[in-house]
Amino acid sequence: METVFIIVLSLMALGLLLGFLRFVKGPTAADRAVALDTMSVIATAALVLLGLMFKRYIYIDVALIYAVLGFIGVIVIARFIEKAL
Amino acid sequence: MEILGYIGYGLLVIGGIFLFLGALGIYRMPDLYNRLQAGTKATTIGAMSAILGVGFIEPAWMVKTIIIVIFIAIANPLSSHALARAAYKAGLKPIMKKKIDAYEKVQDIEVKEEVKL
Repeated sequence: METVFIIVLSLMALGLLLGFLRFVKGPTAADRAVALDTMSVIATAALVLLGLMFKRYIYIDVALIYAVLGFIGVIVIARFIEKAL
Repeated sequence: MEILGYIGYGLLVIGGIFLFLGALGIYRMPDLYNRLQAGTKATTIGAMSAILGVGFIEPAWMVKTIIIVIFIAIANPLSSHALARAAYKAGLKPIMKKKIDAYEKVQDIEVKEEVKL
């Protein structure tokens, strides 16, 4: 069942690459914030899957904290854009 | 045990496909609001499905994976709503073929009520 892990992880890596291209290209700041949101969610799922692959239980906690911090960051950036863009 | 493992692997593959499609929508869509639509909804269902799949494969981790799934189900629509509201109030207009903008009328009504008060 290693092949399933490798297929899903390569799909997630392609998604991260596409999100990063949009993060570099994006015309406005809001586009970059959307790309950052998507990339943080994909990275959360990838961390959980890597924890299953390496048999490390601590990666689940890392994924939870990463999801919380990404959410707070996106909310703060949205508040900042709403005032002045 | 075996059946739970197969359900978990199926959920994992479905989640990976949805995550990739969401990121593809982020890259290919023409407008901020289309990007938000594609990138947030597909990513929400993809991440929930993949993390639940990990919980099915390793049943001892089920509680924390369910905590992460509940957090993603609450937090991801909230952040997408905040981003869309901020972009609209900052003056970005959506690309639309038929000009229907319901939120603009709502804002006009709000402004008129403020003037009356």
